[in-house]
Amino acid sequence: MSILVNTATRVVVQGITGKEGSFHAAQCKAYGTHVVAGVTPGKAGQDVEGIPVFNTVREAVRKTEATTSLIFVPPLFAADAILEAAHAGVWLVVCITEGIPVNDMVRVKRALASTQTRLIGPNCPGIITAGECKIGIMPGFIHQKGKVGVISRSGTLTYEAVNQLTNLGLGETTCVGIGGDPVIGTGYIDLLHMFEQDDETRAVVMIGEIGGDAEEKAATFIQREMTKPVIAFIAGMTAPPGRRMGHAGAIITGGQGTAQDKMAALEAAGVRVVRNPSEIGETAKAALGG
Amino acid sequence: MNIHEFQAKELFAQFDIPVPRGKAMKTPRAAEKWAAVLDAPVFVVKAQIHAGGRGKAGGVKITRNRADVPALAREILGKVLVTHQTGPKGRKVRRLLIEEGAEIAKELYLGLLVDRDTGFPTFIASTEGGMDIEDVAAQTPEKVLREAIDPAVGFQPHHGRNLAFALELPAMDNAVVKPFLSMLDNLYRLFMEKNASLVEINPLVITTDHRLIALDGKVSFDDNALCKHPDVQAFRDLHEEEPLEIEAGRHNLNYVKLDGDIGCMVNGAGLAMATMDVIKLAGAEPANFLDVGGGATKETVAAGFRILLKDKKVKGIFVNIFGGIVRCERIAHGVIEASKEVGMTLPVVVRLQGTNAEEGRKLLAESGLKIDVATDLWEAAQKIVAMKGKRRKR
Repeated sequence: MSILVNTATRVVVQGITGKEGSFHAAQCKAYGTHVVAGVTPGKAGQDVEGIPVFNTVREAVRKTEATTSLIFVPPLFAADAILEAAHAGVWLVVCITEGIPVNDMVRVKRALASTQTRLIGPNCPGIITAGECKIGIMPGFIHQKGKVGVISRSGTLTYEAVNQLTNLGLGETTCVGIGGDPVIGTGYIDLLHMFEQDDETRAVVMIGEIGGDAEEKAATFIQREMTKPVIAFIAGMTAPPGRRMGHAGAIITGGQGTAQDKMAALEAAGVRVVRNPSEIGETAKAALGG
Repeated sequence: MNIHEFQAKELFAQFDIPVPRGKAMKTPRAAEKWAAVLDAPVFVVKAQIHAGGRGKAGGVKITRNRADVPALAREILGKVLVTHQTGPKGRKVRRLLIEEGAEIAKELYLGLLVDRDTGFPTFIASTEGGMDIEDVAAQTPEKVLREAIDPAVGFQPHHGRNLAFALELPAMDNAVVKPFLSMLDNLYRLFMEKNASLVEINPLVITTDHRLIALDGKVSFDDNALCKHPDVQAFRDLHEEEPLEIEAGRHNLNYVKLDGDIGCMVNGAGLAMATMDVIKLAGAEPANFLDVGGGATKETVAAGFRILLKDKKVKGIFVNIFGGIVRCERIAHGVIEASKEVGMTLPVVVRLQGTNAEEGRKLLAESGLKIDVATDLWEAAQKIVAMKGKRRKR
C-alpha cells in the first residue's frame, strides 16, 4: 500500500513538448511510471520518448485511460490547464508550475470543489511512491521503498529529508510535495489522514515553513486523530518578518506564521519537532523504536 | 510588490473609492503651491515611505494654517524615519502626500486579502480603526469581523449587509451604509482586477458631515501577476528596495539581505531557509537568504558570489546544494569557475549531496582552490562558523 499513486496509476503530461515537460516525462517513465500520454495543443500525432501526444486532455483520457495529470504549463496558462484536466475526468492533478497568480488559484480551487478531482501543488516537486510511481521532478534514486510517509511545502529540503530516511534504511512509502504557494490544492490534513489509514506507513515526516497557519491546523488534527508518530521540521526560524523567502507563501505577516509558533503548536500536539534539519532521519528512526 | 500611500489612493480614486483631495510633492516649494490650490481648512502633510508607523516617528503633521505647509514639508523631506517596520536603519523620505484633513466622527478598519485556508478573498473589518489590526486581533479578537467572498459569484450585497450590521454602522451614521456597500464592491473589483494580495484602509473614517473616506491606504500586489499590469509596475519605487536585492533580481536570483556575517547560497527556497537556521544553530547569524534555483549553473553561482561579496559584513560563505536533476559535478565546475572569476578571498565551505555528489566533492578538493568540502549539513555549518573571518592561506 501507499497513498494516491502506485503501479496502476496512468499519467498524462500536460506541456509534454516543452523543455521541462519532455525531460521530466522521460525521467518519470524511466522510473517505471506508466506515462501513457502527453498533451500540447496543436501537436497531436507527435510522440515524446515513445509517449503519444494529443491536442486535448479529453482526447488523451479517452484514448489512453489516463487517471492522473502532471502539469508543466507556463504560469499564466496553468490555471486553465488544471481545470482542463479536471473537466476531462482526471482524478488527480499534480501541478509543478511555479508563479501562478494567486487569484487564478483562488478561482481554480473554488471550481475544483465541484469536481471529483484532487490537486497537488502548484509550485511543488510532485508526488512519488518509492519504487512504484514517480510523478514529478524529484530525483528518483534517493527514494527507497520503506515505512515513512513524507509531506512537504518544499522541494530540495524534501530531498534532504528523504535522503536521510533512505540512508538510515527506513525508506519511504509516499512523498508528497504540497507546494510553496499561499493557495494550494491539498494541505497537510488530508494527507495525514491518508497516511494514518495506510497500512505500510508507520510514521510521517512533515516539513513546513513560515507563513500561514497550515501547520498549526495540522497540529490540532494530529492531536485528535493521529496514532502514528509524526516528526516535523519547520524552516525559517531565522527569517525576518514581512519578507517573502523565495516561496510565494513563505512570509511572516502581522506577527503570524512564525516558525516558533508552528513548532510550539506541533510540540503541544505531541509531534517530535526537529530543530536541526540534519536530524530529521535520526528522529524518525528513534520514533520507530530505533 | 508594495506601493506608496499616494499611489494606493490614486488607485482607489480610479475605482470610485472616496479619498481626501491630495497630491504627492517632492519639494517644499511644490508643497506650498499645491497647498494654495488645495485651499482646505485643515492640511495634512504625510511622509511617503513603504512602512507603517509613520505618525509616531514624526512623519505626519497636521495644520490649520496654510502658511505652515512649506515649513512642515521642509522638516519631513529628507528625514530618515525609523518605525517598527523600517528596521533600525530607517527610510529616507523623498516624497510627501499633502492632502485635505477630515473632521473625523468615527474611525474604522477595512481590509481585504485571500484567506490561505479557504482560498476565498476575505474582508476584515473592525470598529477599532487607526490601530494595528494585529493588536486588535490579539487583545479583542471579537472585534475583528470577517466576511468571505465566494470567488465563483463575487461580491454580493448581503456580504456588505453582514458587515455593516455587525459593525453597527446604521446606529453610527445611517447615511454611510449605502456608500459602505459600494465601497466594498469597488474594493473587491480592485482586488481581483489588479491582482492585489492585500488592500487595507486604516482608518476608514466617517466624517462629521456624514461621508465615508479612505483616510489611509495600503495596497500590495501579487508579484506573479505583475506582468499583466504595466500600470501597477509603474508604481515600483526602487528607492524603497535594498540595492543588492535589485541586483539579484536582475540575475533571477532570489535574495533577501539579513544582518549576519555568514553568506549562504542554496538551491531551493526551503533548503535555503533551513541552511540559515543551521548557521544559527551552529552559533553564527546568516547574512542572507539566497536561492539560486534548480539550475545552479556557473553563471548563477558567479552572480551569487558577487552579490555575497558586496555585502561587506560577510566573513565566510556556505554553499549548500542538493543535486537532484542537476548533477553535483556540474555544480562543482560552476563553483570552481565562479571562484576564479570573482577572485574569492573569503573562506568557503561547499556541501554537496545527491546526484554524483562524490565526483563533485573530488573535483573541488583537487581544484587547487582553498574550498572546504563537506557531505553532511551539520558538519558543513559547523565548519564555516569555525572558519569565518580567518584569512585564507595560499
